[in-house]
Amino acid sequence: MIEVNKLSKAYGEYKAVNQVSFSAERGEIVGFLGPNGAGKTSTIRMLSTFLPPTSGTAKIAGFDIKKESDQVRRVIGYLPENPPLYEEMSVEEYLYFVARIKGVPSKKLKESVEKAAERCFLKDVFRRLCGQLSKGYRQRVGLAQAIVHDPEVVILDEPTSGLDPRQIIDIRNLIKDLGKEKTLLLSTHILPEVTMVCSKVVIINRGTIVREGKLAEITRDRTLEQLFLECVSYDKPIENDDAIPSAEGGESRHGAS
Amino acid sequence: MKNVIAIARREIFSFFVSPLAYFSITGFLVVAGYFFFVLVLYFNESLVRFRSMPFMQGDAPNLNEWVVERMYGTMIVVLVFLVPLLTMRVVAEEKKRGTFELLLTSPVSVFDIVMGKFLGVATLLIIMMVGTFSYPLLLLYYGNPAPEILPMLCGLLGMTLCALCFASIGVAVSSCASNQVVAGVSSMVVMLLLYVIHAPAQSIGGVAGDVLLKLSPIVQVKDMMKGVITTESLVYFVSMISFGLFLSQRVLEAERSR
Repeated sequence: MIEVNKLSKAYGEYKAVNQVSFSAERGEIVGFLGPNGAGKTSTIRMLSTFLPPTSGTAKIAGFDIKKESDQVRRVIGYLPENPPLYEEMSVEEYLYFVARIKGVPSKKLKESVEKAAERCFLKDVFRRLCGQLSKGYRQRVGLAQAIVHDPEVVILDEPTSGLDPRQIIDIRNLIKDLGKEKTLLLSTHILPEVTMVCSKVVIINRGTIVREGKLAEITRDRTLEQLFLECVSYDKPIENDDAIPSAEGGESRHGAS
Repeated sequence: MKNVIAIARREIFSFFVSPLAYFSITGFLVVAGYFFFVLVLYFNESLVRFRSMPFMQGDAPNLNEWVVERMYGTMIVVLVFLVPLLTMRVVAEEKKRGTFELLLTSPVSVFDIVMGKFLGVATLLIIMMVGTFSYPLLLLYYGNPAPEILPMLCGLLGMTLCALCFASIGVAVSSCASNQVVAGVSSMVVMLLLYVIHAPAQSIGGVAGDVLLKLSPIVQVKDMMKGVITTESLVYFVSMISFGLFLSQRVLEAERSR
């Protein structure tokens, strides 16, 4: 479903993502782990066709993200780090708008929007303005937006950041539920989340993949936490030395543009 | 086309749920109404003076020339300041809010986005323009002699084309900027320059002078105000609008592949 092949992204001199390769099968929930500034968001933005890769490529549901980006956009659902909401629209209007631009045929609009809203528990706030929602609801509207056109692959960038425990549990259940029929790529730096929902783990640090494998296999002899710390420890000799600070600069600069 | 309509609809929607649309439409109509009032006063005065001096040569002041034409002419100045306020947010705000990421990761082309944005602003502007037509319509009933309707309609078309031309420039500038205020100020500067671009044409002379003269929307719209629609001016406005849209598309595509 997702095949990433030597994907790289450079911002000028600095390589945010360096020759990243990994894959995900249909029906897998992949946890994409890494410390802040490791290149998670850049990788995800390339997979969602928002950013073009500097080199390498990836295939999503068989479509190349460079050459067949339009088809890729049809089969993915994507939730960026900050839910892309239009504050002045109500949840209902917003979801209708997203469904329209995602290419849902007009006959199925109502059905798709209602289904997505129901799955993300949005019925109570259906007529409220996106701008007035709490963080948890905003995140759920973001999720609903990502699944409204029933995509095969769903890419979520830190879907639970900044939520309260109750909301985190809701979102996790939703993700588990989605994973039954779709391929999910879930970027996060919250480890328990991965152990709870993911079947596969990919760990990225300073732009390169340091570990990839089934959750059950790689956590056989140690906890995920130990593994993660091992993988991302600063003592390890890694080429890109001043990577961490400029990585954050690079990402946020891009986010603002 | 479906995508263009969806994006344009959203754009119009967000104009009309915020006070922006109401304030700008009302503001525009109030200013136009005030100009209209002043011009009618002048016209009356001049007419009375003209009639009191039977030995004066030339035609009597007529409503078309003295009121309608001048009102439209002045409203174009107002557009120079108003249109940037409407267009400054269209792309810059999306970039800031992160919703641009949603648009670019959806199966819509950059052209769909630009066209949708433009049509959204265009709809609002057309509503305003048609609104101002209510004033000249009054003259049809109360004017003596009543003005001719054809030049009035042509003038309306001229002003609308001018507004659309400014809108397409505004969308292009907004696409370049990631800050709304920067986008607004820059578009205002560009539009002001375009408004006065023909000023030095005569002093410069030659081909350069001609080019400056032909580039001006004011020069192009002048004949229209008199009721003459030339192919040249239609071509001018269509090309200006297409150029602005083309520029926005290129800018956004370049940004995407950076």
